[in-house]
Amino acid sequence: MQSQATYNYKVVRQFAVMTVIWGIVGMLVGVIIAAQLVWPELNAAEWLSYGRLRPLHTNAVIFAFGGCALFATSFYVVQRTCHTTLFAPGLATFIFWGWQIVIVLAAITLPLGITSGKEYAELEWPIDILITVIWVAYAVVFFGTIGTRKTPHIYVANWFYGAFIIAVALLHIFNSAAIPVTLTKSYSAYAGVQDAMIQWWYGHNAVGFFLTAAFLGMMYYFVPKQAQRPIYSYRLSVVHFWALIFTYMWAGPHHLHYTALPDWTQSIGMVFSLILLAPSWGGMINGIMTLSGAWHKLRDDPILKFLITSLSFYGMSTFEGPMMSIKTVNALSHYTDWTVGHVHSGALGWVAMITIGSIYYLIPRLFGKAEMYSVKLINVHFWLATLGTVLYIAALWISGVMQGLMWRATNADGTLTYSFVESVKASYPFWTIRVVGGVLFLTGMCLMAYNMYKTIASGRAVDDAPVIAPAHAHAH
Amino acid sequence: MDFKNTSDFVHGFWNYYVIVIVIVSIIGCAVFLWVQGSAKHKPGEVTGHVWDENLEEYSNPMPNWWRWMFYITVVFALVYLALYPGLGNMAGSFGWTARGQYEAEMQAAEVQYGPKFNQFLEQDIMSVAANPEAREMGARLFQTYCAQCHGGDAGGSPGFPNLKDGDWLWGGTPERIKESITLGRMGVMPPMGTKPDMDAEQVKDVVHYVRSLSGLTADSVRIQRGQELYPQACAACHGVDAKGMEAAGYPNLTDKIWLHGSREDKMIEIVTKGITNQMPPYGEFIGEARVHLLTAYVWGLGGGVKPVAAQ
Repeated sequence: MQSQATYNYKVVRQFAVMTVIWGIVGMLVGVIIAAQLVWPELNAAEWLSYGRLRPLHTNAVIFAFGGCALFATSFYVVQRTCHTTLFAPGLATFIFWGWQIVIVLAAITLPLGITSGKEYAELEWPIDILITVIWVAYAVVFFGTIGTRKTPHIYVANWFYGAFIIAVALLHIFNSAAIPVTLTKSYSAYAGVQDAMIQWWYGHNAVGFFLTAAFLGMMYYFVPKQAQRPIYSYRLSVVHFWALIFTYMWAGPHHLHYTALPDWTQSIGMVFSLILLAPSWGGMINGIMTLSGAWHKLRDDPILKFLITSLSFYGMSTFEGPMMSIKTVNALSHYTDWTVGHVHSGALGWVAMITIGSIYYLIPRLFGKAEMYSVKLINVHFWLATLGTVLYIAALWISGVMQGLMWRATNADGTLTYSFVESVKASYPFWTIRVVGGVLFLTGMCLMAYNMYKTIASGRAVDDAPVIAPAHAHAH
Repeated sequence: MDFKNTSDFVHGFWNYYVIVIVIVSIIGCAVFLWVQGSAKHKPGEVTGHVWDENLEEYSNPMPNWWRWMFYITVVFALVYLALYPGLGNMAGSFGWTARGQYEAEMQAAEVQYGPKFNQFLEQDIMSVAANPEAREMGARLFQTYCAQCHGGDAGGSPGFPNLKDGDWLWGGTPERIKESITLGRMGVMPPMGTKPDMDAEQVKDVVHYVRSLSGLTADSVRIQRGQELYPQACAACHGVDAKGMEAAGYPNLTDKIWLHGSREDKMIEIVTKGITNQMPPYGEFIGEARVHLLTAYVWGLGGGVKPVAAQ
């Protein structure tokens, strides 16, 4: 065998480090806009106003922080589980630098107010084209590596990463289709309610594939690795994988309940969102049950704490989601803070925590250390992140339900009991708690950056990790 | 228009396409689960595949409670689609539509609340304004429909008139206020007024003259030049005496009330570019009874003008 071959850790290292840096940037912008809601005077200049910074926050945390985390982990996992080095390493280098350029362009254009106006797809058409090119390169590298694997079977983590890459290509191209007018302005290729439907088909599956399926791929590698236990059930992983990627595609219309979208489309979106509950939970069960028999490891392994806690938040928000898709529940929750809280129980609790755990696993291995510079700091980070997430989502649950109830309250003569601004006023205490939660979470990320810096400073870039020959399959 | 059928299908084919693909997909989930659930398992044993030194998988079956939860959601989906619209053009046995629900709720509300509002319709505005119960109802309506622009205290904000200061662009009698609310208003000032050939200096002169009319700081030389321009540029609408014309909504320029602010640069901008300001119509939206109550409330805020007959 090619015992001389080594894993391509360089691109993994680059993306892993940028994950932490973009995480801090994205979450800092999040804290700023949360503070702007409490103290409107902070809307200092037009390019620092809430309306400009909010899309910057979402793009930074989803595509810069989350994106870099997915590139880092998928490139690591696909090499390790295929027992081969990365296919087309030159393309991998292009992907890294290309993606950083996309992020920088987003950070420049969004504050300037250059936007296509589509939520989570605000970037204008030249940047969209660059993303498409990078994504095709990503598919070539990933599936090329799968194609040159040295094992007969493809590991489950790669199914999820693979589905994510294909689905995001499809979503991005269809939703971003537009007619350019100038270099910085374009109009959507769709009109009216069809445009809305395409947008939320994209929007929901951005959550489904970018923030769920792909991070389940992360989970399927780093949880069994860190727990050093086999995956709980192969059969469960097969069923929940296919069921998840199939049913997610249908769920988008629940974002458009009680709108001009035809009734039949709304109903189908709702029932498939409910069917989605079991496939979503399959991943949580497989992750948490993988730890069964090794629960004691949770006591002194903060990385495992991050991973398992993330699965708990994942289970909670994937239960909450289908419930919120029920039309009568949605009538209360839609347009309120409840939605924002729901998204953040997924984004902070699930996506960020599984990423943080995985990056803490990766950094020492990429820089030739046995463990992070300070395990104690990881523990502090864990408690800051957990407390921050709980404060954030609890505050927005309360304010969300309160807003929904205030908006529908009527007097004896049928007039509204509260004017809109009264519900804004009543939300202030909860928005303040949200800022505190966000600051705690951001503080944890800063500790992580320090911990990472100290680890790297005393380590060395590992570029000589030999590709391991596949273990002999041992049938029972 | 047939509001029962709002499926948006451009051809009858799509109806069947949607029905078939939805049913096959939902039942397909259950069939897939059933087939996979009957696969052989060896609980507690690994499958035999190993990746990256130690990644293995147990051959445990899917948890039963999880499988049943999956089946229940599939059954729920099928039942729901039989009862509610979802399978293409099929109505669902409950006959429910979003539009139908909206109309039923609006009708029920009209039956329940309509009389409370209609009871005041026969009374004139000033009597309604004197009725405490009507004022309370009017205040609540105001918070719902008017406060966004005119402010919770009706004090207005730049571009949106103050409703309690006794100054009325379109008149402050009950009839005029009711007309403003019912039909809405559109105030238009053309660029350069009625003298489109003014240059920037002349615009500034006119602005200085107009500022002087209400005691704002202005340059005395410009005032003189502006005064000569005023009859041709402004008087047709704002009047020779600059007191405006209520019938057409032309503002009084002498009363120290500036809807868009009294900064010199803002005034120059308005004269140069013109301005359009709009109040949307509420008559069809909320009905005459509620407009009546709102009129009385606004009239009674302190700035209301008594109708000619009552003066």
